[in-house]
Amino acid sequence: MRKIVAKQEHCIGCGICEVHCITQHSKSKDIIKAYNRERPRPISRVRLELNKPVSFAIQCRHCNDAPCASACLTGAMHKDEKTGLVTHNPEKCMGCWTCVMVCPYGAIKIDKEGHVVTKCDQCADLDTPACVANCPNGALECVEVES
Amino acid sequence: MSKYVIVGACAAGIGAVEAIREIDADGEITVVSEEQCSHYSRPMISDFVSGKANLEKMKTRDDQFWQKNNVTLVCKKAVGLNLSEHAVTLEDGTNVSYEKLLLATGGKPFVPKMEGQEKEGVYTFTNISDAEQLAQKINAGANRAVVIGAGLIGISVTDALTKRGVKVTMVELQDKILSLLLDATASEIVEAAVRKAGVNIITGQSVQKILGKPDNENQVGSVVLTKGGQVPCDMVIVAIGVIPRTELVAGTEVKTNRGIVVDGSMQTSVPNVYASGDVAEAYDFILNQNRQLPLWPLAVLEGRVAGYNMAGKKADYAGGTNMSSLKYFGIPIVSIGLANPKPDAALEILVNQDAENTVYKKLVLKDNVLVGMTFLGAIERAGILFYLMKNKINVQAFKDALLKDDFGLAALPESVRTQMNLE
Repeated sequence: MRKIVAKQEHCIGCGICEVHCITQHSKSKDIIKAYNRERPRPISRVRLELNKPVSFAIQCRHCNDAPCASACLTGAMHKDEKTGLVTHNPEKCMGCWTCVMVCPYGAIKIDKEGHVVTKCDQCADLDTPACVANCPNGALECVEVES
Repeated sequence: MSKYVIVGACAAGIGAVEAIREIDADGEITVVSEEQCSHYSRPMISDFVSGKANLEKMKTRDDQFWQKNNVTLVCKKAVGLNLSEHAVTLEDGTNVSYEKLLLATGGKPFVPKMEGQEKEGVYTFTNISDAEQLAQKINAGANRAVVIGAGLIGISVTDALTKRGVKVTMVELQDKILSLLLDATASEIVEAAVRKAGVNIITGQSVQKILGKPDNENQVGSVVLTKGGQVPCDMVIVAIGVIPRTELVAGTEVKTNRGIVVDGSMQTSVPNVYASGDVAEAYDFILNQNRQLPLWPLAVLEGRVAGYNMAGKKADYAGGTNMSSLKYFGIPIVSIGLANPKPDAALEILVNQDAENTVYKKLVLKDNVLVGMTFLGAIERAGILFYLMKNKINVQAFKDALLKDDFGLAALPESVRTQMNLE
């Protein structure tokens, strides 16, 4: 399966990954409209971690033994057998925050408006996830790993 | 003979089925369940009462779950256990024999003896049948409730009832709500939000007896509190706690304490008989002892460990602890481990509270290792702290960063990040 890997030594902490994640998960898929017009503004599922001089971007690791999936009270969070991705179904989510509690990476975001969680879906519609494709310094990379 | 028999088809039973099928694709699995549709989310019954979720949404697995896993589902109540014959007896007198048995019978609500408890309008709140009855009662016009107990179940049912426009009085024996999860500060913040939603909270008391209506003695009309006050109501919901359903092993060699005693492989004192979930006393990694922790995520994990071992793959339960996340009354909360310890010189307590009382974070450390935490209002990074707690990581070098607003993975030393396998 595909994993997104952060290369800390290449990350300059610009946060453009977050901008493109928001845009990609917006209705319009337009950077200006996503920021200025869409309310609530889409949530970035990637987070820039910054503690100078350290910086890197982190999103759901799609763990093999995903603690969020086994802890999920509703079955909304599950490991997709075909893709290997940890997938979240907002229709089934009750916003209990149990997955948030057990994610070691703090990679699950709370969508306060919808009262559900949201997380990295590796931009399933795209060949390359938006954060990876738009990182100006090659600090995010897709690699194939065994699932 | 079925190779695997699992009694109980809720969280632990499902976890076991999934783990067994990872190892053994063919071994015959029989699941015995007294509920017809068992794979629904019990924690979601409050959303059912409030109207936010229907039965379809509540299903934790798809409709073909049992078929896809090639499970024979027997919707009957198990009433007996014959260890020498390796058989479970069902209510109709038939026997199901096993090579490996998992007892995942769960817990049942604890209802103390109260005068008037047999009246129509007294409910517990743990399964879908409870939720359906309660919803029906509200649909029929009941609009005043007394909830006995202000723990996890009590606050979840109060939240649901409030959303349905029911006037709720919570009666809690302890001096504060959510006393097993929160300290006084956090409890007060939540209490203020609950009161603001129109709920009446009475602490330091319980219900002495339930009285009928003036025109119908058999219907709940009010409760009398232990200190003598009276609260009129149409419904009483008993939400005090859950006790393990150990009836099946009563009088057998399977060792019990409060719940069924298990080892790290979730095996009971009898070989080939396992127990998981609310019925079992599994390991608490903070208290370093086994105890009953009736929590859904732990039941799934325990069931998985049992399933692996039953199927022949050695697995050891890493342990859980008292850990809950809450969503009620608009305040996200995560509380784990010794979140509210008694004063102890060996414990170090770090607190970060904002002026508006919208964010409260507290960490409890022992010898620079996290043993307890409460995050209220801002919980997105709580899981990182839970990782540090679970893995007993010494935080001395970066302690100051833990409660900062911008705390994250970048605040951790490189050695810890390497261990976390960020790649």
